[in-house]
Amino acid sequence: MEALKQELKEKIIAVLNLEDVQPSDISNTDALFGDGLGLDSIDALELIVLLDKDYGIKLTDPKEGKNIFQSIDTMAAYVEANRTK
Amino acid sequence: MENKLYIKSYVSIENGQISIDGNVVFESSASNVSDFLKEGLRHFGIQYPKFFKMDNLSKLAFLGSELLLKDQDSPETALLFANSSSSLDTDVTYQESIADKDNYFPSPAVFVYTLPNICLGEISIRHQLKTENSFFIFGAFNPDFFIGYAENLIETGKAENVLCGWTELFKEDYKAFLYLVSDEGKTEHTKQNIELFYTN
Amino acid sequence: MRKDVFISGMNCVTPLGFSVEENFENLIAGKSGIERHENEMMPNPYFSAIVDEDRLDAEFAKITASEKYTKLEKMMILALFPIVKKSKSELGKRTAFLLSTTKGNITALESENIEKAQLYDLAQTVADFFGFESQPIVVSNACVSGILAISVAKRLIQSEVYDEAFVVAGDLVSEFVLSGFNSFQAMSDAPCKPYSKNRTGVTLGEATAAVLVTSDTGNAKARILGDGSMNDANHISGPSRTGEGLFLSVESALKEANLGADKIDYISAHGTATPFNDEMEAIAFNRLGLENKPLHSLKGFYGHTLGASGLLETVIGIEALQQNKLIASAGFDEIGVSQNIRVIEKNEDKFLRYFLKTASGFGGCNTAVVFEKEGNFGE
Repeated sequence: MEALKQELKEKIIAVLNLEDVQPSDISNTDALFGDGLGLDSIDALELIVLLDKDYGIKLTDPKEGKNIFQSIDTMAAYVEANRTK
Repeated sequence: MENKLYIKSYVSIENGQISIDGNVVFESSASNVSDFLKEGLRHFGIQYPKFFKMDNLSKLAFLGSELLLKDQDSPETALLFANSSSSLDTDVTYQESIADKDNYFPSPAVFVYTLPNICLGEISIRHQLKTENSFFIFGAFNPDFFIGYAENLIETGKAENVLCGWTELFKEDYKAFLYLVSDEGKTEHTKQNIELFYTN
Repeated sequence: MRKDVFISGMNCVTPLGFSVEENFENLIAGKSGIERHENEMMPNPYFSAIVDEDRLDAEFAKITASEKYTKLEKMMILALFPIVKKSKSELGKRTAFLLSTTKGNITALESENIEKAQLYDLAQTVADFFGFESQPIVVSNACVSGILAISVAKRLIQSEVYDEAFVVAGDLVSEFVLSGFNSFQAMSDAPCKPYSKNRTGVTLGEATAAVLVTSDTGNAKARILGDGSMNDANHISGPSRTGEGLFLSVESALKEANLGADKIDYISAHGTATPFNDEMEAIAFNRLGLENKPLHSLKGFYGHTLGASGLLETVIGIEALQQNKLIASAGFDEIGVSQNIRVIEKNEDKFLRYFLKTASGFGGCNTAVVFEKEGNFGE
């Protein structure tokens, strides 16, 4: 699980072009949206593509993303439980 | 036109150089446009994490406008921009993402930049310009159009100043020329002066 | 004193017809151009409003034997043809040619034809068909392009840069835009339902429309009273929650028109049927005191025709003024925006004089234009 969390942090930084952010800057419990990492609605859509592309998880309702993308912890738990690749 | 208009200041970005009012203020030997624009942003100490999410056209337009608007923010500044390749640079990137049906993951963050006017949104957000804004495409730089349209915006009271921008970019070919039209300044807002600054 | 500027000629090419007359009849009859499609452009079946190629080719063959044109070019030429012909204009240096589009011949990229995908190439191709002398002006400002072009034409005529302007707007349904809107999770799984409670997003469509904008009063159908195109300065893809840019655009247009909001007889709004867009419009119209004005979105008939939509919907709106008819907003059932607006539920005969057209798009852009009927008032 820790390896998956590290992997997600690296992928998020790369996919969302978070310049000057290191994986160690993101804590597992930090809010990804709003005040935390400051991600926005396009980032959320891009994370949905990331889940599909790298883990074979298809989200069709963007509202689902809200719960899944709360933090690295919630995202890792969801990927672990639903991944198909 | 009843009151004379002036070119208050202008910026050129091309060939790895950035100049303000004809004076080179930054040079880079970066091997690609993306790195060059990033170095430019850092050189001027501009802190704006969203910059790194932009496509190259928006980065080019953003950096140019930043240098003209940083000291003279006016909420009444309209944006009048044009180029010749629209958003084709990002269009090609996006097309590649949908060409391979076995690896078909269209990216919303790329798709949104397949419109040339997105750069105007980026500049408007940065400077809170809830103002007139429009993007045009011409085969080549068209000073007559810029003059007529900018004067109309000021004359009709739809804007106090107009930031005009020619922001052309396709792959590694780019040229940005931006200037601020206002009722104050030293250089008259004429075709001759605009062409002189454009070719400088 | 600034010149008065008018819309005189109008035409459109859509799934509902190849003339304003044919389109208007179909709208009054409640026919929609939206159909279900299943093809290689999308992984799953989808709804969109597509122009039939066989009919297009047959109509195009009536005006030229040349076959070198793309689908979009044919549709644009066909939309402009009767207007140019009727005007008897020499298309000289004082005549502007404006073309609005978001993606133009974007399908040329599928065969890696970069030059053909350039918007100025599309504009020059259409310009050369007619022989326009002046350099084409392409307006590419996302989904407000079509209506913005009218505003641009008016401003250029008032600044005495040109005497008249032929304006054409068009966009096609392509794999490029379908996949993009789909990646935004913005596509409706049924024909779109603007302002309705159970709306789920956009249906895409394709169309072209054309108008002649001129300071000449002959054949004038409507006068352009005022316009505004203000940015939200809020987000590059989501509309402002407060409708700020749309509010400011309408305010600017009404101010120039020297007209109170109470004078507006009817609004042809943007109404893409995404949850956020329609909600934003309802908020803006309430802030403007326009909540009780009859309003429709034509997206339920044509889908969202992107860069064409603003001009197409203006052409239909001016025809509605001429005929004194309010057209029911297709796809509307139960109101689904938080603030009240008066969506037109049934066709209605009503004397109309002032008409407001609005549009909003990616990049935070918004445009509003106010028109007044010219000619026979039919009072």
